[in-house]
Amino acid sequence: MALEMERPAAGAPSLRATGRVARRQALSRASYWVLFAVAVSGLGVLAFLAYDTIQLGGARLVHDWPSFLTNYASRFPERAGVRAAVLGTAWVIGLTVLFTVPVGVGTAIWLEEFAPRNRLVQVVRLNISNLAGVPSIIYGILGLALFSRLLGLGPSILTGALTLSLMVLPIVVITSSEAIRQVPSSIRDASFALGATRWQTVWHHVLPGAVPGIMTGVILAVSRAIGEAAALIMIGAFAFVSFDPVSWRDRFTVLPIQIYDWTLRPGELFKPEAAAAIIVLMAVVLTLNLTAAYVRQRFRQD
Amino acid sequence: MMEAWKGEESRAVAEALRRRRLKHPGEIPIVGVLTLCASVSLLTTFGIIVSLARETASFFQQVPVEEFLFRTTWQALQEPRQFGVWELVAGTVNVVLWSMVIAVPIGLAAALFLSEFASPWQRRFLKPALEVLAGVPTVVYAFFALTFVTQDVLRPLLGDRVSIFNSLSASIVLAVMVTPTIASVSEDAMANVPRELREAAYGLGATRLETALRVVFPAALPGIMASILLAIARVVGETMIVAVAAGSTPNLTLNPLATVQTMTGFMLQAGIGDAARGTTDYTSLFAVGSALFLLTLALTVTAQIIVDRFREAYT
Repeated sequence: MALEMERPAAGAPSLRATGRVARRQALSRASYWVLFAVAVSGLGVLAFLAYDTIQLGGARLVHDWPSFLTNYASRFPERAGVRAAVLGTAWVIGLTVLFTVPVGVGTAIWLEEFAPRNRLVQVVRLNISNLAGVPSIIYGILGLALFSRLLGLGPSILTGALTLSLMVLPIVVITSSEAIRQVPSSIRDASFALGATRWQTVWHHVLPGAVPGIMTGVILAVSRAIGEAAALIMIGAFAFVSFDPVSWRDRFTVLPIQIYDWTLRPGELFKPEAAAAIIVLMAVVLTLNLTAAYVRQRFRQD
Repeated sequence: MMEAWKGEESRAVAEALRRRRLKHPGEIPIVGVLTLCASVSLLTTFGIIVSLARETASFFQQVPVEEFLFRTTWQALQEPRQFGVWELVAGTVNVVLWSMVIAVPIGLAAALFLSEFASPWQRRFLKPALEVLAGVPTVVYAFFALTFVTQDVLRPLLGDRVSIFNSLSASIVLAVMVTPTIASVSEDAMANVPRELREAAYGLGATRLETALRVVFPAALPGIMASILLAIARVVGETMIVAVAAGSTPNLTLNPLATVQTMTGFMLQAGIGDAARGTTDYTSLFAVGSALFLLTLALTVTAQIIVDRFREAYT
C-alpha cells in the first residue's frame, strides 16, 4: 500500500501514484465513464423510442394532416383518426382539473395553515402519502363501484373525471403543501403583526408565494391523468365512440385507450395509427413536463 | 409604563383586536370548507376499502377461501371456473423478478453517478431527463413492449421460443419505467450521507470509486432498499404494460419467455368484459383487487418506515 514516489533524475519530486495505487486510481477513473454511460443510457432509450415512433407514425400524421385529428376511429386504418379521443381527453382532463385543484389546494392549505396540531393531521398526511402509492387500477375499481354503479353515473365523462381527480389528488396535495411550507414564516408574521386575519394572510401573502410550486404540481398531475388508461378502462370507457361528446353525461374515449385499442389489433395494419396517436399524446405530455420543469427552475432562481 | 398598559388603553386595544377578529365571521365557513377538502382524501381511502371489502365478501360467499388461497389454477372468466390466486401472483412475481434484475443495477449505477461522480451541470441535465422517462404514459411503454421489444428484438434474437406475449418484454419495459424511481430515491439517500464520512475516506487515501462503494453505498443502504420497494410497488400495480405485452393466460412459472397473466392483467381483462354485478366475473375482480391493494400498501408502508428511520439516523 506504500505510496511510491517517482523521482525523476532532474527536477521536483512528482506526486503521481505508481503501482497498486495507480491501478486503484485508474479503476476509479474508468468507473466514471462506465457509470456515466449507464446514467445516460436512459436518454438513449428515450431518443430511440422517439425515433422509432416518428418513423412508424410520423408519415401517417403528416401525410393525412389534419384528417388524423379530425376523423373518428374507423375499421379502415386509412380513415381512422383521433377526433373522439382528443375531445374526450379534453373533456375529462378539463373536469379533472376543475375538481382537483380547489380540493387539492384546499387540503394543502388546511394541512399547513389551519389544521390543529394533533394526531388527526398526522393521520391525514400519512393517508395522503399512502394514497399516492395506490395503483391506478384500484382507483378504477373505486370509480366502477362508486361513481359508475352505486351513484348510477355509468361510464360517463363525469365518472371518468371524478375517478382521475381522486387518483391525482395526492400529487396536488403533496406538491402544494411543500410549496406553502416554503413560503417564509416571516411573511406570515409580518402579515399577522399588521393585523391581518389568518385567511387574509393565507390569501394575500402565502398563496401568491406558493403559486409556482402549486402550478408545478397541477401540471404534473395533469400529465399523469392525461396518460392514464387502466383506471378509465375499469369504469367502462373502453368503447367505440364516433360522436363528439357534448355533455358530462356522454360516453367517451381518451387518447391512451385509443392507443391501447390500436396496439392490440392483430397484424400490422393499425400500428401506424397507434404510433401517430402516441406522437400526439407524447407532444402534449412532454410540453407539460417541460413547462413544469421551467416553472420550477424560474421559481428556484427568484 | 407597565401600569399604563394594564390600564384603560390596553383594555381598549384588546377590545379592538377582539372586534377586529369578529369583523370576519366569514372565516369560519372558510375553515369549514378547507376541512371538507381535507376530508376528501380520508373518504377516498374509506371508499376504496369499503368497495373492495363489500364485493370481496360476496366473492367469498360464492367461492371458498381455501380455493382462493390453496389452489393454483386461475380460470375465472370461463367454465370450468377455478379461482386459485397463486397463478396470478406468480405472474406478478415473474415480472417483478425480471424487471428488478434489470432495473436495480442500472438504477443504482445511475444513482451513484449522479450523487458521487456527476458535475453539477451534468446533474441538472440528467435528473430532468430521467424524470421524463418516469413521466411517459404507460400505454406508450406497452406499445413499445409489444411492437418493438418482442417483435424487433426478442424474437429475432431468441427465435420462436419466445411467445408473442411474454413476461420478458414486459419486464424490460417495466425496468425502463421504474429505473428513474430507483435512481432518484437512492440518489436522495446517498446525498443525505454526511460529508464527513466521505472526507474521512478520502483522507485515508480511498479513491472516489472506493468511497462510493464502501462508504456511501452502505450508509445509504436503507434508502436504497426503500427505493427498490417503491419500484416493486409500481411494477406490481402497473397494468397497461403487462396487459398488452405479457399476455392473458395465467401461468405458474418464473420463466421470462412464457406468457403470463398478472393480477392487474386479470383485473383489466375482467373490467373490459363489463361484468354484471353479483357474478363471479365481477366479484373476482374485487377479490384480486383487494389482494393487490394489500400488497402495494404493505410495500409502500415498509418503504416509508425505512425512509423515516434512516432520516432520523443522520439528523
